[in-house]
Amino acid sequence: MSITRRSFLARILGSGAAVASAATAGAPVAEARGNKTLPPKAVGLLYDSTLCTGCKACVVGCKIANGKPLSTPMETAYLDDTKELNPDALNVIQMYVNGTPSAKDREENGFAFFKHSCMHCVDPSCVSACPVQALQKDAENGVVTWSRDACIGCRYCVMACAFRIPKFRYTSAFDPDINKCQLCNHLWAEGKYSACAYVCPTGATLYGPVEMLHKEAKRRLSLKPGEKFRTVRGRIDAKKPQRTRAYTVPNYKQHIYGETEGGGTQMLMLSAVDFHKLGLPKVQRRSWASISETVQHTLYSYLVFPAIALAGLMAITYRTARVTEDEEGEET
Amino acid sequence: MSLAHESYAPLRGRLVTPVTVILALLTLPAAWFLLQRFIYGMGAVSNLNNGQAWGIWIVFDVLIGTAFACGGYALALLVYIFNRHEYHPLMRPAVTASMLGYALGGAAVIVDLGRWWNFWHLLWPGYANVNSVMFEVGVCITIYIFILMLEFAPIALERFGLMKWKKLLNKVMFAVIALGVLLPSMHQSSLGSMLIVMGGQVHPLYQTVLLPLLYVLSALAMGYAIVIFEGTISGEGFRLPRETPLLAKVGRVLAWVVLAWLVIRFADLAWRGVLPLAFQPGRVSTMFWIEIALYAMAVLILFIPTLRKIPCMLFIAAASMLAAASLYRIDSYFVAYNPGDQIHYFPSIPEMSITIGIASFEILAFIILVRLFPVFPAHGKSKAA
Repeated sequence: MSITRRSFLARILGSGAAVASAATAGAPVAEARGNKTLPPKAVGLLYDSTLCTGCKACVVGCKIANGKPLSTPMETAYLDDTKELNPDALNVIQMYVNGTPSAKDREENGFAFFKHSCMHCVDPSCVSACPVQALQKDAENGVVTWSRDACIGCRYCVMACAFRIPKFRYTSAFDPDINKCQLCNHLWAEGKYSACAYVCPTGATLYGPVEMLHKEAKRRLSLKPGEKFRTVRGRIDAKKPQRTRAYTVPNYKQHIYGETEGGGTQMLMLSAVDFHKLGLPKVQRRSWASISETVQHTLYSYLVFPAIALAGLMAITYRTARVTEDEEGEET
Repeated sequence: MSLAHESYAPLRGRLVTPVTVILALLTLPAAWFLLQRFIYGMGAVSNLNNGQAWGIWIVFDVLIGTAFACGGYALALLVYIFNRHEYHPLMRPAVTASMLGYALGGAAVIVDLGRWWNFWHLLWPGYANVNSVMFEVGVCITIYIFILMLEFAPIALERFGLMKWKKLLNKVMFAVIALGVLLPSMHQSSLGSMLIVMGGQVHPLYQTVLLPLLYVLSALAMGYAIVIFEGTISGEGFRLPRETPLLAKVGRVLAWVVLAWLVIRFADLAWRGVLPLAFQPGRVSTMFWIEIALYAMAVLILFIPTLRKIPCMLFIAAASMLAAASLYRIDSYFVAYNPGDQIHYFPSIPEMSITIGIASFEILAFIILVRLFPVFPAHGKSKAA
């Protein structure tokens, strides 16, 4: 008789205490992680639904800039009817319609446009989910990018994204890719910027440093409905900004979508129609990536707990396994 | 504590029987559709889409498949950690089934990976993302498949009379067994944690930071349930002497695990204040209660000694438990997950064929292994022909 029940119980309790004390000692190691913060040179977009006329120049511009096939020839590009994001459409303009849509930017018997493209979260779920760092957030400018070389095609990013952005190409066997807006960062070297903002005639989509865009969004919310205001189109940080004509201040919802959603995003939105009615999801302020990573690092930080558990388990199996297997050995 | 001297023998018997032929035939459509999947892409054979990106290949083949393969894990915990050697005769069949279940779960992952040729990135330091729950799952399951092979190795070595090697392996078996208990505890809990980052897309009845605990406990419960389930079927199918008293004892252990699970499940719902959502009519709450009813049925049967000693009732309880925990996985990844407006997912016929083929292959391989290898205890009269 090698192990009595009592000595066995004592051992279990002993290893339990060891784990418990390690838990207290290890506490600072596995500290809860809060939301990440905006990168220093974060760039993004400001989309003002009330300035959007639904011309969809940005939808076509995006396709051209990113080498995607057009759904109609260029002569009839204005007929582009891409309704939803897909592997060949990284940016679409969708429409909110209610009752007899007789007025723009009105919730009842009205209509409104909204832009669906990557929000470039400050603390992205896709980046946290991706097991192989195919999705990364640039530490400087905060653009969320995808790497063809790294990706294993598991589509965890598709499942994780609260805004339903990444689109996987199921039709391809040999090069199925994940497609999402990367803010046209491949054009920066040529001095260009996001095509959607570049082609937007009204300034509804505006490109630039997030801090400047945020300031501009707050300025518009502070204006008095009915008054006139001017803004810029293209990029907000241009040396000679292109001024727009004078617009009438709409009845903005007093909320900047993307200011806090999911821990904040680098795409900010303004609207006169409730954002959730437009189809934008309610996303809590505490980022889900931070919750997931807190759970994961509490359990696995530096493999402290698994190592302790393994040591405890081996201390037990060292005796129990040998007893059985030796008995077995005698038999044969 | 006197240990029963155990010896094992291959069951022998015919390999070509109606059952094995049917199982083999069921793998054929899967082979055909797998070929198509790798030539024409996932879209050619599946209904997977960009709302519901994970379908039955992940939830059935990997999540439920590996949970069904937790028999080896659950028994090892009982036999080696809680030192209950009376359950040892059940160990070898359980390890065999676990090895097959995990190996095929691993293979199913490859089917579901769009860029499968990059699979090794999961295990490569330059690519690995330690913040990702799936990274933990991938690495842990990969290692565990090898651990299960080592746990099965003595059976194979014994079969080929390599007793020296078996003795050598037995010297380090304690470490193998310890890893065999640790690793499933890690990845089976992570299979639940994977849902956390999906956030508000998962219904509050299912989204909780206790997902890892709920998943690992239910995997453990499925492990004990599969030992009873598979033990009963093997007993009948291979005409072995009934192990009912021993299986009934496993049933009692299972009852406590399920009870603990139910207590944690409801305490968590109450603590988060979302219990009222279970009473709002709807798809999620309906499935929730079906799940709970199945758990409750298992617990009720298993806690009544006279009932759990009846082989048929014990079998029903185990089946009910397996259904409940499978449904828990289906519900959390399909029913409670909101893929977006107007997006529906239901597996295609080819998709289902692949899942059925993988499961058939697994059962077929089990039958062949136990007929050729000393997996089941030799009972009195030798079956050697």
